[in-house]
Amino acid sequence: MSAGEIPTLAADALAVIGNGRAIDRAAVPELPLEELQREILDAVAREQRVVALFASGDPDPEIVHLLAVLADDRHGRLRLGRTRVRGERFPSLTPRCAQVHLFEREIAEQFGLEAVGHPWPKPVRHEAAHRTRRAGRAAADGAPPSIGGAEFYRVEGEEVHEVAVGPVHAGIIEPGHFRFQCHGEHVFHLEIALGYQHRGVERALVGGPSLRSIHHAETLAGDTSVGHATAHCQVLEALARCQKPPRAQALRGIALELERLANHVGDLGALANDVAFLPTASYCGRIRGDLLNMTATLCGSRFGRGLIRPGGARFDLDAAQVDDLLRRLDEAEGDAANAIELLWDTPSVMARFEDTGPLPREVALELGMVGPAARACGLQRDARHDQPSGIFRFAHIPISTWQTGDVFARAYVRWLEVQRSIAFVREQLRALPPGEIRSPLRELAPDQIAVALVEGWRGELCHVALTGPTGRFERYKIVDPSFHNWMGLAYALREQQISDFPLCNKSFSLSYCGHDL
Amino acid sequence: MIDLLRARIRQGYRTMRYPDGPAPALPERFRGRPAIDAAKCREGCRRCAEACPTSAIDAGAGPAIDLGRCLFCTDCVDACPEGAITFSGDPRLATRRRDDLVVGPERELELARALDGKLRRLFGRSLKLRQVSAGGCNACELDVNVLGTIGWDLGRFGIQFVASPRHADGLLVTGALSEHMRLALHKTYEAVPAPKLVIAVGACAISGGPYIDHPEVGNGIEGTLPVDLYLPGCPPHPLTILDGLLRLLGRLEAGGRAR
Repeated sequence: MSAGEIPTLAADALAVIGNGRAIDRAAVPELPLEELQREILDAVAREQRVVALFASGDPDPEIVHLLAVLADDRHGRLRLGRTRVRGERFPSLTPRCAQVHLFEREIAEQFGLEAVGHPWPKPVRHEAAHRTRRAGRAAADGAPPSIGGAEFYRVEGEEVHEVAVGPVHAGIIEPGHFRFQCHGEHVFHLEIALGYQHRGVERALVGGPSLRSIHHAETLAGDTSVGHATAHCQVLEALARCQKPPRAQALRGIALELERLANHVGDLGALANDVAFLPTASYCGRIRGDLLNMTATLCGSRFGRGLIRPGGARFDLDAAQVDDLLRRLDEAEGDAANAIELLWDTPSVMARFEDTGPLPREVALELGMVGPAARACGLQRDARHDQPSGIFRFAHIPISTWQTGDVFARAYVRWLEVQRSIAFVREQLRALPPGEIRSPLRELAPDQIAVALVEGWRGELCHVALTGPTGRFERYKIVDPSFHNWMGLAYALREQQISDFPLCNKSFSLSYCGHDL
Repeated sequence: MIDLLRARIRQGYRTMRYPDGPAPALPERFRGRPAIDAAKCREGCRRCAEACPTSAIDAGAGPAIDLGRCLFCTDCVDACPEGAITFSGDPRLATRRRDDLVVGPERELELARALDGKLRRLFGRSLKLRQVSAGGCNACELDVNVLGTIGWDLGRFGIQFVASPRHADGLLVTGALSEHMRLALHKTYEAVPAPKLVIAVGACAISGGPYIDHPEVGNGIEGTLPVDLYLPGCPPHPLTILDGLLRLLGRLEAGGRAR
């Protein structure tokens, strides 16, 4: 048994590891495709989740490997299995397991494997195939993949009309395309087409780590720089068997929660703006800035760029800086409570938040949703609690949930999290462990697979790295929480008014660049 | 209602006095315009250039740093054994020409000049911009958005972001120009009535930033659209962006005072 494995009570057909661990690639059992799919179905039936399902290449161009990473949250462990596919197609699991729908589309696009029986086999980002022998589905005719042009789901009827929005939107916002099937104001169906922000990060990471790798991690989603950089560093540290100093772990935790605070407070203000309630919108916009500036005190960058580095952290805090941050945290706490609680006491706001864009718990479960959007449907899932790594193994943050799954629930869960993150940051600042902030990172071990999950402010970030015989990345898979959650937004819009789209969209607050990679 | 009024009093008046008053204080560790002390450089040393993730440093030239490529990370600072490179706290980085972004021991940054007569008369007191994201990480967009918050209140300068390119005097572009946004950016540019301005915000839009030479991007908009103002950074601080916009419109004296 290698270092990362956890002893299992019952025999498991899959390899079992902890979050932020690495094992030999050969230790991940290779099953026949049907058996791996049965394992996935059994796991999902027991409320385990598909954290990642992706393809990687093989020296033999006829072969593609599929690798599944399942999260067993109840026992705080990850289960890994793989299979090999020879040829150009495999039977889709999506009809029996909705949460793999986008993963299978991605496999088709990246490795040219058709998921036979997939109900909606469209490109995900219109990216070029990772496999050189065979072009991906989007490039089947030999032309480089171009965006747009794909068919959209259509509702037919005399008075049914289609509304197309994007990729260039009305505000300062990222590009995406939204296609509504409407009857008057009433939305029957929304289809979301993304890929406009695709900049080839997964492919660029192959052969790394390189000088750019940490910067790629920090820019996967700019508002989640700390989260993605932490996940990337955890993968590197697992592959190099590197122990981070406790002080570095605390600093990373502080930065991660400051990132959550800035985004939650900012989005609560933006939600107020979307229902034309300007007091909270104005105040929260400013308070978000105060929180970003706290991160800048730590590392010079409002987005935490430069702080999280392999082996620990690049910047430390002295006693005066800690005192300064504690004072500013108190101020931000009072201001945020004052601004945000206005929402719940204002009937015109509540009338717009309640019962708008409801997502049933069963749907969120079936789609494999993560983060505050899942917790707002009553799902108890939070990687800080279920799959803790770093500081979260020692300092626990309770899971914040609500039951109604509507815009109100998604807003209120974020307010609950704001309060708990402030308490956490305060506690960590007051009890920063002494010592170093960075350990040297040795060479990465060859022929390993490492998995890191980090609960970013939007939900679970998953990074998986496979090293080859020289310890370089042969494949690097990134799953942003938005990848799981965009379909939830599309579902929540059904039977809603099209004019509620901006409000619903903001209540999910998903990332385009994090999805598009 | 009484709670709303109480909250209004508590939250106070928050719009900064800049540029009539002092600029907002930046954190001690903020990385603004780099300073290079070439006297400290060892003969033939190339460590800063070799450590740079975006090849922004030409060690042979002094060394010289291309701020259009610079991510303002710490990699060159950490690599230099002599401490020859430091990042100052100066957030003023905007230029009118791409070449002006290259700074070295003998090359001071030439900050953006104001628009000439006619354009300045047209846009100096009212500038409507359309923003387009084209393959970045959304951090530039976020810090452009910040200028709309009450602390910065961009509207007081007559600068506004509008919903349609037809209503705009220019484009503010972020992102490395992903191939998938090329057509949409082109169409948006065409839809802006002339005369029009183009403002490139962030390392991505200027050079490709962390994605330089990825086949999926076009290394920024340089050469694709005629750029009138470059705002470097990854992302640029809101103060860098505001300073650049005000310079372009001739709203700042050389010393930073309001006109």
